[in-house]
This record gives sequence, structure tokens and C-alpha cells, in this order.
Amino acid sequence: MATRQVARAGPPLMNIVKMKGVPILQQLEVEECLLRTSSENWCIINDGTDKPNIVMGISGKPAELVEIRPVLEDKIPVIRRFTGGGTVIVDHGTIFVSFICNKDDVADVQPYPRPIMSWSSLLYSQVFQGIADFRLRENDYVFGHRKFGGNAQSITKNRWIHHTSFLWDYEARNMSYLKLPKRAPEYRLARDHLDFICPMKDYLSRSDFITRTIDAAESHFSVESTEFEAVKPPSNMKFTPTSRLLTNQELEAAGNTSI
Amino acid sequence: MASRLLWASKAASYLKISTFNRGFASVVKDLKYAESHEWVKVKGNSATVGITDHAQDHLGDVVYVELPEVGATVTQGSSFGAVESVKATSDINSPVSGKVVEVNEELSSSPGLVNGSPYENGWIIKVEISDTNEVSSLMDCEQYSKFCEEEDNH
Repeated sequence: MATRQVARAGPPLMNIVKMKGVPILQQLEVEECLLRTSSENWCIINDGTDKPNIVMGISGKPAELVEIRPVLEDKIPVIRRFTGGGTVIVDHGTIFVSFICNKDDVADVQPYPRPIMSWSSLLYSQVFQGIADFRLRENDYVFGHRKFGGNAQSITKNRWIHHTSFLWDYEARNMSYLKLPKRAPEYRLARDHLDFICPMKDYLSRSDFITRTIDAAESHFSVESTEFEAVKPPSNMKFTPTSRLLTNQELEAAGNTSI
Repeated sequence: MASRLLWASKAASYLKISTFNRGFASVVKDLKYAESHEWVKVKGNSATVGITDHAQDHLGDVVYVELPEVGATVTQGSSFGAVESVKATSDINSPVSGKVVEVNEELSSSPGLVNGSPYENGWIIKVEISDTNEVSSLMDCEQYSKFCEEEDNH
């Protein structure tokens, strides 16, 4: 506590955690725990998750967002996460990047959704500079008019998380598990999934993207690497994450009310 | 223009709303305010809680409100629920400690009430206060207006 009262020389510290193939539910649990119980800044990078999962935002209703019958038949897990935003299907082709920050360490960014979103787009503009026509468009990251990154946030009194799922690559058949959402960005123009999204692999390699992201973080923070094992919540920690896997019963009930 | 301003100031006076220059959010006299942008209306041991006009304006269109259970305990300064707007969930923190005695069920079907009527129909919870002394640590409307102005100019 005493060190935080001393005037800091240099930019704030950010811990970079690089992992590969960690299950998305576990990643979400770690992130929420760090958001709510840590006082440090974190950048979590998960290079692909282990198997396909559907991940909805906090208020997501499976009946409206997911093709229930094929999801149940093919046993695709459906998760409701602790952040806001829409529905994605993630797999080994998805690269996740999450920034968890003390609002006072990013003091020129007001802790509200739109300023945080703008800040993130400036950071990623550095990542994609000279590589692609990158833009933030209605809360999505796009190349041109095609989405390659989806964002979500959670904001507490003094901290916030901004996390992104990047489509480095994807399997077209997986997109058929998702319905066209009622709340879609205007620029989508009722395009179906495959006409709306594009893979990042057409522009740069996974390792280049991760390296450039860490380089961009270094222009805002003083970065240090931390092992994933060091951030996993200890078993005796009294924190209950709110992200959870929906049960088959819940999905079947949603299927029975599906419009 | 002059008659619109006259109407606006008369309406503001009737509703006990202070309206400042364009660009500043409205506040209501007789409410108390927390630095995390919640308001509380206190009557004896009873309190009604919501988020301020400043908060709803900065959050954007609210699409979902996560409400606590009736009977839940709330603690001053701690989160009791959340609102979803844009792509974010944002904690709602209680300005007072006590027990939740009522939640605004209307928000489940009409979350936009938080935007359209933050001080009236967009109320979020009612609390039986456990320590009325806590209220003195909150800001009055003038202090809160200044706080918002400083925050936005930072």
C-alpha cells in the first residue's frame, strides 16, 4: 500500500501473461478474479482455446442467439460470461487479448465503455499500422467492412477489463451454430456470418500479432512477463466467478421456447 | 428560443431539477450522491437508489440491469448489481448500507428507464438503511455537480 503513495517514476507496470490453448471458461474465471481481487494491471494473451465453445455476454438468451438443436446434438458448450456484449464461437483459431487496468493507471481514459473502447482502438492501430486498413467500427475491430475482432468490457469502481476475441482463423461450419442477433451493428447490413467476418491470418502470423500487441502495450506501460501458473486463483481463494457453463436442461428449455 | 428556455426553467423548478449549461447532466436537489455516480433518496430509515443522469449519459443505452435479490445485504461503496450498455457491464455500488426491501422489476422488461428517467421511474433498489450516519459522507447536489464537472474536465 505504501508504495502506491510514492510518486511513480515512469509508466505504470503491466504484467503480460502469455498462454496457449487454455480453456476459455478457465480464462474467463482467471480474468474476473484478477479484475475483482488484484490491484495490478494485466495483459492476458491466450493463443487459441482448446475446443469450440459458444460464449454469450452477461444478458445473452440462448433461444435468441444460438441454434439450440445442433448445439445440443453436437455437444457444443455454451458459456455466459461476466462481461457485456454479443455472442461468439471460439476455438483453436481464436486469439484472445485482455487488458485489465486500474483506472488511475490509464488516467486520461474515463472509466466508461466508449472512452475505453477508443483507447483500445488506438493501441490496436499501432498493432496493425502498415499491415491492414484497421478501424474500430461500432465497437468491432474491422478490416474494411469485415469484422475480425469482437470486444467486451466489465467496469468496476476503480478497475476495468477490455477483452477481445480475434478471429485469426475459423471454421465456416461453426458459424452455423449462431443465429443472426437482434442487436446487430448497423454496418452488418443483415449479412450472414461468412460475409460479415474475415480471418486475421490473411494479414499476419499469430506470432507477429502477439509480438506487435506486446510492443504496443509497451508504449503505454512498463511490461513484465508472468507465468500463467502464477495467476491461477489458489484453491482456498474466496472468490466465486460469475461466468458459467449453461446446463443441457437450460439449453433444452431455451429450445422449447425458441422463436 | 426565449419561450422554450422559460418553459424549461419553469419545468425544472417544478421538478426540483437543476439544469446547468448544455453539456452538463441534471441533478436533483434533496438527493445525496456518491462519487461512483449513484443517487439516494433518504426518508428516515428508507432509501431509494439509482444511477445519476451523468452516469446514464456516459454509459450509453442500457440494455440490461442485473438486480439483487430482495433481502440481500448491501454495503456502502460496494457493488450490488450491474447495468449492461454498449459492450460493457458496469457495477452499481450502493451509497448506503442495509437490506434490499424492493427492486424495480420494471427494469427487466424496460432497462431503458435508467436512461430516460434516471431519478424517477429508473430507480433500481429500495433499502432499509442500517446506519443513517453514513448518509453524511455523501455529496449534496451542488458538490456532486462540481465533482462531475471536474471529472469531465480532467
